[in-house]
Amino acid sequence: MTHPLNHLPRAGDGTRDSTTALEAEFSDLHPPLTQRQAFIESQRCLYCYDAPCVEACPSDIDIPSFIREIAEDNINGAAQTILEENILGGSCARVCPTEILCEQSCVRNHDAECQPVLIGLLQRHAVDHMHFDGHPFVRAADTGKHIAIVGAGPAGLSCAHRLATFGHRVTIFEAEAKPGGLNEYGIAKYKLVDDYAQKEIDFLLKIGGIEIRHGQRLGDNLDLDTLQRDYDSVFLGLGLGTSRQLGLTGEHATGLMPATDYIKELRQSEDIGDLALAKRCVVIGAGNTAIDMAVQMARLGAEAVTLVYRRGVESMAATGHEQEIAKANGVRIVTWAKPEQVLLDDAGRVAGMRFARTESRGGALAATGESLDVPADAVFTAIGQTFDDTSLSDVRAGQLGQEAGKIEVDGNFRTRLAGVYAGGDCIAAGQDLTVQAVQHGKLAAQAIHNEIMAQQEVA
Amino acid sequence: MKASAKKPDVDLSIEFAGIRSPNPFWLASAPPTDKAYNVERAFEAGWGGVVWKTLGEDPAAVNVSSRYSAHFGKNREVLGFNNIELITDRSLEINLREITEVKKRWPERALIVSIMVPCVEESWKAILPRVEATGADGIELNLGCPHGMPERGMGAAVGQNPDLIEQVTRWCKQYYSKPVIVKLTPNITDIRVAAQAALHGGADAVSLINTINSITSIDLDNMVAKPTVGSQSTHGGYCGAAVKPIAMNMVAEIARDPATQGLPICGIGGISNWRDAAEFAALGAGAVQVCTAAMLHGFRIVEEMQDGLARWMAEKGYRSLAEFSGKAVANTTDWKYLDMNFQTIAHIDQDTCIQCGRCYIACEDTSHQSIAKLIDAAGARRYEVIEEECVGCNLCQITCPVEDCISMVPQPSEKPYMSWNEDPRNPFRESA
Repeated sequence: MTHPLNHLPRAGDGTRDSTTALEAEFSDLHPPLTQRQAFIESQRCLYCYDAPCVEACPSDIDIPSFIREIAEDNINGAAQTILEENILGGSCARVCPTEILCEQSCVRNHDAECQPVLIGLLQRHAVDHMHFDGHPFVRAADTGKHIAIVGAGPAGLSCAHRLATFGHRVTIFEAEAKPGGLNEYGIAKYKLVDDYAQKEIDFLLKIGGIEIRHGQRLGDNLDLDTLQRDYDSVFLGLGLGTSRQLGLTGEHATGLMPATDYIKELRQSEDIGDLALAKRCVVIGAGNTAIDMAVQMARLGAEAVTLVYRRGVESMAATGHEQEIAKANGVRIVTWAKPEQVLLDDAGRVAGMRFARTESRGGALAATGESLDVPADAVFTAIGQTFDDTSLSDVRAGQLGQEAGKIEVDGNFRTRLAGVYAGGDCIAAGQDLTVQAVQHGKLAAQAIHNEIMAQQEVA
Repeated sequence: MKASAKKPDVDLSIEFAGIRSPNPFWLASAPPTDKAYNVERAFEAGWGGVVWKTLGEDPAAVNVSSRYSAHFGKNREVLGFNNIELITDRSLEINLREITEVKKRWPERALIVSIMVPCVEESWKAILPRVEATGADGIELNLGCPHGMPERGMGAAVGQNPDLIEQVTRWCKQYYSKPVIVKLTPNITDIRVAAQAALHGGADAVSLINTINSITSIDLDNMVAKPTVGSQSTHGGYCGAAVKPIAMNMVAEIARDPATQGLPICGIGGISNWRDAAEFAALGAGAVQVCTAAMLHGFRIVEEMQDGLARWMAEKGYRSLAEFSGKAVANTTDWKYLDMNFQTIAHIDQDTCIQCGRCYIACEDTSHQSIAKLIDAAGARRYEVIEEECVGCNLCQITCPVEDCISMVPQPSEKPYMSWNEDPRNPFRESA
């Protein structure tokens, strides 16, 4: 299949003098704190009792404790406090929407300073500067148990690490060529720079006992029945592999592609100057992926980037902070407009989008009758991800319960199938947050361990 | 030209033990007053007086390299400062010549000469006339230096022995006609005894405190204290903001002591701003000496000190330092005279509370379990004082990060004043 944007100019053509200048556009969005800055910022933490930030952290990190350890010049202690709850604490520090999690709940927002402690940057500081002799966690004596994990994304990796600490052997089956899931393929380039996802995984694997097999796709060359039979337990961290479609004619026209696909290309690109540049583009959606797409295209050199959402700003899934980033990068945000028609040129390529103007009538979305045409060289869709049905196409997988289009699990991340657990974005409780996927993986590992150990006692 | 600002109409000048000074801020005997160059810069900056760095007999003392260390606060602010320097390391003759010249050039500033010589009459008899000849306004006896000099029988070795304090003071009064200030060491158990000895010897005033024996920190890699001289260290003298509470208590002890009633006190110890100076004065100090703050920020801090003190005095209606000096002494008493019927209770202002929970955990873990942690229907936390349990200890107020959020509210009481002496719960009460 030809690439949907092959007809477009390259980002490195003409306007930019070098790839170096382009690369600079994708350097760290929030540069790390210096040693001194981290020390000063750590002093701002009030070491709250029953701290609201901990309650807000999906992965239960003892935030006041690690910040106090930074303040006491105990960087390894700080890192260990973070990593014992969240082994991907380094990437979470970079990609977490802290403005709606820990930092939103910081009591410093309410005092005279009106400014939360920069928890995310402090967490990054601790993990970036740890200097352990070897891996900071110990692997328990081998239990002889072997667990299969499907998906080497944050949920699967977190689950694998925790299981390894218990002494279980783990094999991760991953469809892509690299582990990391969205950390590797889906996060905006400027949020995770310098190949951080792979470096973090290298660190994580040092616990030992974890093997990753690539090119293994459930429903393709892998089936759940076999996994269930050959392993003591199975954890499914499948993620949401399919981009939702507009459901309009022209969906497959040259010039239209899912934002996640483009972001994946951008992240894997050896030379970003070779990427297709849509000088005028439309991004449809209102989540962080839509923002990531719009901002990255703007940084690649697009002249007119329009983000269009069918409802108002207040309903956007992207956080206020993310919206600010978009505006700062010159992204025009158009609200109350619903995709109606993909506009094509004579050659059948995307020439723009026609939107139906909308309004809220008693909470329900209704068309006003007006329409809006936005000319564009490319249209990117970021209207959500759905579960990849083909991955559950085998008979056994078909027996997994589903809930709202995702895998159904109980409070211990158990699916309806014996010994099969699931977590991360592929389960109903998934909220498209790395940190939450990490938590699911961690808790599922604990549940798997408890079950295996209980069975062993009975036997 | 700056705009001519309206200045508060107060007189900062003082007369302390017969020594006149345009303001109560003096630089203490220390490196900042080591030589004419520094002292003249200090006078140019506005310091009312200077106590010249301690003179001794020739040959002059020799100092080591690496001399200071600090006790740092969280953000590298210096809480306390420590030094292992000795008295002047320049010859007596050079010092006396410079003192003479500086006094001539700055006749209206107070210039006091600190002296430390061996504890024998001949030594004092020999040096005092030479000091008197400089025209300086008075002398201060360094009986407190805690490092180096005591090993040679001087400094704190004298200051820790009341008989020697009295003896040395007497010699000074005998061989020197101008005011004699005795500087006291805090490295003793009861400062009043030292002050009484000085008074008996004829001292015109006391100044305190000298530095406190200290080790500020240990280099844990090399297992040696700081400042580190080669591979070793030694204890030094502690000063700076951290010693202020210790110094103020000692000043108050002397001010309250009937035996030293009326003895002028020059306050020293961690004075860093006008408020510190006003507090020392409230406890009876008639002048103050500053060192660490100047060493950390330079001489110009005296501008803010003078301005702040003058404005505060004007607001309060005090026209001179003498009008409020000692005003807090009468309210400083022994524990047994405190009112057993007084009751104060913490109150948390819910509008300014930021729900950090620090007051709660401090009270719950370490005090009287008098703060309740409540969660409302919306999940918001709220901390409330359980008034019947609160003993009014102030801990919650101290740990609260928000100024004025927790206030201590004195409770109305029908009961009259009752000291522990009168308290029926006191098995040893004096009144029946």
